[in-house]
Amino acid sequence: MKNPLYFPSSQLISRRRFVTGLAAGGALLGLGLSPARLLATTGSTTPMPERRGNHFTLDIAPLTVNFTGAMRTATAIGGSVPGPVLRWREGDTVTLDVTNRLAVDSSIHWHGIILPTGMDGVPEISYPGIRPGETFRYRFTVRQSGTFWYHSHSGFQEQTGMYGPIVIEPRDQEPNPCDRDYVVMLSDWTDEEPDSVYAKLKKLSHYYNFNERTVGDLIGEIREKGLARTWNDRAMWNRMRMSDRDLSDVTGYTYTYLMNGRTPSEGWTGLFKPGEKVRLRFINGSAMTFFDVRIPGLKMTVVAADGQDIQPVAVDEFRIGVAETYDVVVEPDDGAYCVFAQAIDRSGYAHGTLTPDISLKAEVPPFDPLPLLSHKDMGMRMNMGDMDGSMSMGDAGSMSMNTMDSGNGAMNAKTKRESAMPGMQPMEGADMNNTVMGAPAKGTMASMPSEGMSGLGKAGYGSNAPVVHVPTEFGPHVAMRTENPQYRLDDPGAGLRNNGRRVLCYADLRNLHPTPDPREPEREIQLHLTGNMSRYMWSINGVKYADAEPLRFRYGERLRITFVNDTMMNHPMHLHGMWSDLETGDPKAIPRKHTVIVQPGSKISYLVTADAMGSWAYHCHLLYHMAGMFRKVVVSEEGK
Amino acid sequence: MRKLALTMLLLLTLTGVARAGGMEDDPLLAALIVDRLEMRTADGSNPIFWDADAWIGKDLNKLWFKTEGEYRDQKIEEAEFQALYSRAVDPNWDLQAGVRRDTYQEPGMPDRNWLAVGFMGTAPYYFDVDTALFLGEDGRTSFRFKTEYEFMFTQRLVLVPEFELNAYGKNDPATRTGSGISETELGLRLRYEIRREFAPYVGINWNRLYGKTADYAKEEGADFDDVQFVIGVRLRF
Ligand SMILES: [Cu+2]
Repeated sequence: MKNPLYFPSSQLISRRRFVTGLAAGGALLGLGLSPARLLATTGSTTPMPERRGNHFTLDIAPLTVNFTGAMRTATAIGGSVPGPVLRWREGDTVTLDVTNRLAVDSSIHWHGIILPTGMDGVPEISYPGIRPGETFRYRFTVRQSGTFWYHSHSGFQEQTGMYGPIVIEPRDQEPNPCDRDYVVMLSDWTDEEPDSVYAKLKKLSHYYNFNERTVGDLIGEIREKGLARTWNDRAMWNRMRMSDRDLSDVTGYTYTYLMNGRTPSEGWTGLFKPGEKVRLRFINGSAMTFFDVRIPGLKMTVVAADGQDIQPVAVDEFRIGVAETYDVVVEPDDGAYCVFAQAIDRSGYAHGTLTPDISLKAEVPPFDPLPLLSHKDMGMRMNMGDMDGSMSMGDAGSMSMNTMDSGNGAMNAKTKRESAMPGMQPMEGADMNNTVMGAPAKGTMASMPSEGMSGLGKAGYGSNAPVVHVPTEFGPHVAMRTENPQYRLDDPGAGLRNNGRRVLCYADLRNLHPTPDPREPEREIQLHLTGNMSRYMWSINGVKYADAEPLRFRYGERLRITFVNDTMMNHPMHLHGMWSDLETGDPKAIPRKHTVIVQPGSKISYLVTADAMGSWAYHCHLLYHMAGMFRKVVVSEEGK
Repeated sequence: MRKLALTMLLLLTLTGVARAGGMEDDPLLAALIVDRLEMRTADGSNPIFWDADAWIGKDLNKLWFKTEGEYRDQKIEEAEFQALYSRAVDPNWDLQAGVRRDTYQEPGMPDRNWLAVGFMGTAPYYFDVDTALFLGEDGRTSFRFKTEYEFMFTQRLVLVPEFELNAYGKNDPATRTGSGISETELGLRLRYEIRREFAPYVGINWNRLYGKTADYAKEEGADFDDVQFVIGVRLRF
């Protein structure tokens, strides 16, 4: 037993440096020196491998890697982990010949790319997959620009190294020309077999969680708040048998976090000349890890989200969910800066250095405090002035129909006014979306006409529909149903609230270009993200993929998806083939995303234009949630 | 019994296999949890006690095996086995039903067979509970309630108070069990999780017999009120 704590052996060095760094930083502060001092080290930069053009040949093959001090076999695309940066040009037709040199089936999915269903690369939905020894030719016209990525969609292969960046050059003028352009791909590596990780989670869901509440925490809380208040605060969690520390299912206990394939002990290095504008294309290619990213000493101007240009917004920090991308522009002075990406549960980090001089390295900052989930993250009704009081827990049957007047930070007063629609009766759950239920619905409401029906909120402002927990959400497979889920677009999430920094939140995202499809939604589908953490079961509306009917969209329709998160975890939901137009308030500047984080206990809405015929995957992008929290979407003329 | 087990196993594996991109959401898994494997202090020989569970199955339906017993003087003094079908009935609770068999080493002590039905799960405030009713031959009945709680001092150092109560419907002189509450056990174990799979512990265990059961023990000159130190290991795979 080398080190019983979080850090795999190769990280020991960095951890030691990290600890001394902390101490030294503190001492320097005492002396009034800048903590952003420089450490002289010898460094080297090896740029990410890159392919350019419109014809690519890529092999999927085993690759021996060593991220932790132990040799392991990864599955690699194009001979490296991550795979090479694929540089395309908007408007080009690209051809990608992908050969599977593994002993098992494989696939590549082009994440966030709008293309014909047969090119999407999801086995059993868009094509049969790529058999061992076979070559599959992907060929499609690139109709977008920006930062995207690609990954395997077969089994747990993505965890074992099958992911890489895509950068698409715009045909028109780049709105944010920069002097330098770096991809910053974040990922999580484990020496364990993913099947074994999954089995461990099923058998003991907190297997990897070493952030659990201790007696010491409790005593501290009692000292601070007194016994009675502490008891009350803890009561709901204890009755629900839920933990306020379930931030990540899989943690730094087994993961080594990588930045462009570099471990924390190496770090990635990006060079710049002082005065230059540097574009950093952050891609979260992790299997399971959300990262909080900042560059101490630098403001980051976020210019694109999920590859789409947004109105620039300057922030100190952002949280990037699995499969999301953010492009930021920084203008560093003379000096070295640490690009710090800490895992959401603070069990590890990936980092890099932006430096004008390869021998200068920036100090890695200490971890921020462990985020704790709050009653809000449970979707509980907040009794004003009684935060600690006896929050009526609501047992199995408890649910709230009273969400129509839900306050919402990002949505403006207008929304609220519109929300207070009279005569909107709660609908029976099955009626909201009969397709998911797999059972005939009584009085189908799956399509609600927009005219004359006040049930649908205006495009851009989110849903007016009541939150309804359908009957399939009740049973041993679902541990929790939110009582009062809120739109939390202005909430950066647990651990980032009021941390003294300007943190990006979804409410900040305003598309640079006018919303391409300005139509009002014709209908709405409410989907509940459900699960039972302790049994490690995940589903949508309480129905796992294996038992679910496909969701059916009518070709050409504009519809709204409202997600309600009935769990304590963030779920990054990814719709293939079509954009998710996130309703952040202004219908004229709706940001288009391919992956949308649904925060614990919250709800969120986006509009979809069903302009892509065929079958598509729709799922949580956390790899070990995906098998259950998954739907097939079928877009057809009839929509049935 | 074995046929029953095989049938149930077959049923478990026959459920749907629709997959998302070749990913099995609900794979057939097996687990072994040796909750206690410990030596206790006693006069003369130090007996070894075990208490272990194993299961095979899927998310909601499992075959569950439980065993506990005592090994002393190079032989198994007494042992209990249960084979149960376990079905999730609530987010936190499994309903378990099956058979239990008690065996004794001592000559003249007959085996006892029972039907078992009970609940296993986590109660509010994180009390782990395993409780069951047993129906035996000749109208014998029995009840068991076990609970434990975990005080985490650190992420790896855990203090576990445990309580167990056994009761019987009528006297069974052959196995020296009396009616009413026959036995309680109160334990306090401090374990250190070197890994999730391997956690050594030390502790104390207070075992007390009551009523007729205590009388049977007294007749034999055995302890009916005994505090023992224990040292052992918890294993889980
Ligand atoms: Cu998820």
